[in-house]
Amino acid sequence: MQHGKYRFIVGFLAVPMALYVILVIWPFIQSIYYSFTDWTGLSPDFTMVGFDNYAKMLDDDIFWKSLQHSVLLAVLLPLVTLGLALFFAFMLNVGGRRRKGAAITGVRGSGFYKIAYFFPQVLSIAIVAILFQFAFDPAQGMINGTLKAVGFTDVPDWLGDPKLALWVIMAVLVWCTTGFFVVLFSAGMASIPKDFYEAALLDGASRFTTFFRITLPLLWDTVQSGWVYMGILALGAEGFAIVHIMSVGPGGPDYSTTVLPLYVYQSAFRDGQAAYATTIGVALLLVTLAFAALVMRVGRRERLEF
Amino acid sequence: MKTTDTPPSATDAAEVPAQRAGTAAKSPSAPAKSGEGKVLNVFSHGVLVLWAIMVVLPLFWAVMSSFKTDTDIFNSPWSLPGSLNFDSWGRAWSQAHMSEYFLNTILVVGGSLVGTLVFGSMAAYVLARFEFPGNRFIYFLFVGGMSFPIMLALVPLFYVMDNMGLLNTIHGLILVYIAYSLPFTVFFLTSFFRTLPTSVAEAAIIDGASHTRTFFQVMLPMAKPGLISVGIFNFLGQWNQYMLPTVLNTDPEKRVLAQGLVELAASQGYKGDYSGLFAGLVIAMLPVLAAYIIFQRQVVSGLTAGALK
Repeated sequence: MQHGKYRFIVGFLAVPMALYVILVIWPFIQSIYYSFTDWTGLSPDFTMVGFDNYAKMLDDDIFWKSLQHSVLLAVLLPLVTLGLALFFAFMLNVGGRRRKGAAITGVRGSGFYKIAYFFPQVLSIAIVAILFQFAFDPAQGMINGTLKAVGFTDVPDWLGDPKLALWVIMAVLVWCTTGFFVVLFSAGMASIPKDFYEAALLDGASRFTTFFRITLPLLWDTVQSGWVYMGILALGAEGFAIVHIMSVGPGGPDYSTTVLPLYVYQSAFRDGQAAYATTIGVALLLVTLAFAALVMRVGRRERLEF
Repeated sequence: MKTTDTPPSATDAAEVPAQRAGTAAKSPSAPAKSGEGKVLNVFSHGVLVLWAIMVVLPLFWAVMSSFKTDTDIFNSPWSLPGSLNFDSWGRAWSQAHMSEYFLNTILVVGGSLVGTLVFGSMAAYVLARFEFPGNRFIYFLFVGGMSFPIMLALVPLFYVMDNMGLLNTIHGLILVYIAYSLPFTVFFLTSFFRTLPTSVAEAAIIDGASHTRTFFQVMLPMAKPGLISVGIFNFLGQWNQYMLPTVLNTDPEKRVLAQGLVELAASQGYKGDYSGLFAGLVIAMLPVLAAYIIFQRQVVSGLTAGALK
């Protein structure tokens, strides 16, 4: 049995490890190293500059703006999305009128709702961003078209208004991620034993109470991992894609929608400041890790078994 | 509302048992319960329908607009198209290069999906089934990649790829997609391989099969449900990828669908050809939506299993 075991292990791990180390781990380590240099990315020459990039970053207004936007996205977006999703999932599973003697039932057609709500999740973020870019177009979009038809004359310039642009982008992200969590939480709620609810209702508990005393505590693990998942998306690829495609500039009027990953991208590939970009990237890494650690810490509770 | 005061005999037959349960408990608030249920029921249906409309309406608007003329799109955003006008679809498909973007995407996603599944399951199998020094370290090295912001690595990766001559090539993009899909794939499949029974693999080894043969002929077929879940997850992720190609693939000839659409949005918006733009969007949307409707159950379980682990 032992014969050839190590040869087999090495043989199976070699290619995946090589790909992963060369294309993921090594660039990560390099980027931390580059953040201490004055490398432009345009020429191969650079020298070590110590913490100069970090000092520059702390003085950079655009960095602070994009940090604010990123943190707002990572905190507010999961709050709204998961809140809405919990609300819908509770209605789908518990909001129905009682029938066939069951104390608790889902609404009629909950299967249909779940299929429909999940739709945006399979669409690419690029499609969603372009679709809403035109829906929010001030002159020709569907939203202002509808507002004008209803009688509003003073319609907002959604993505062109520095006060509104980021909120529009967040609304679109809520639109495309809520359905996924509705389905996820529904699956979790379906596995909570029905007699818990029956007992609570017999004892005179309202549905409001059953939600906060039964559903939410038993679902907490799922909510928590959803929170981390969502925050990392908002801080990373998803946040980059939607801002890069949707916002004017991109980055919005007066940097009103710039987020950290977009600022990394622009510093490196537009402004030719590769080293400075990696410095912002390190800040992004710290924010992401701090966010995950915080959620885990705040959310830690005793695990409930059922 | 009226059921609050009516006795059980007058309510609809299906509700009787619940009412009886309520009265049996002699709780004073019991009769009010079913009233609360009714109000809540109307309310929940209202809210649920509202969200369903909000989800479907923008998609419906896009499909409708793709059949309209440009003036119709602006003047009456909600009217139905006068006639089914497939012109804009043809324009998007051939003149706006959607067909080429489609082909590129299929090549990239096909290659990386196969690669991700093969390499991911090889690594996961070894990590799940064999004791060796460094096992835990390698496992956490892979899994740790899930929580790192990719953007940070992309800046040096651009120059690594450039030096290896992989920038702006289809095979370069495939390798990067595989590498960045490995953390989740290895994580998911490792826990999956641990749940499979060991006895079958041991029997195969005793019968004289090599480890490699045992893996490909015994373990991989047994892992099919896990491979399907993680395959769907990776397929959607890679098909919809935007950040990696934007940075690593700037050659117009090699654009994937997401990049092509963004380019289309810019150029058609400039030319004022909005119907062409919407046709492009719908062309890009249709295959995924169709696949979702057909494989709805698998897609949902694949994606939710992925997030839950």
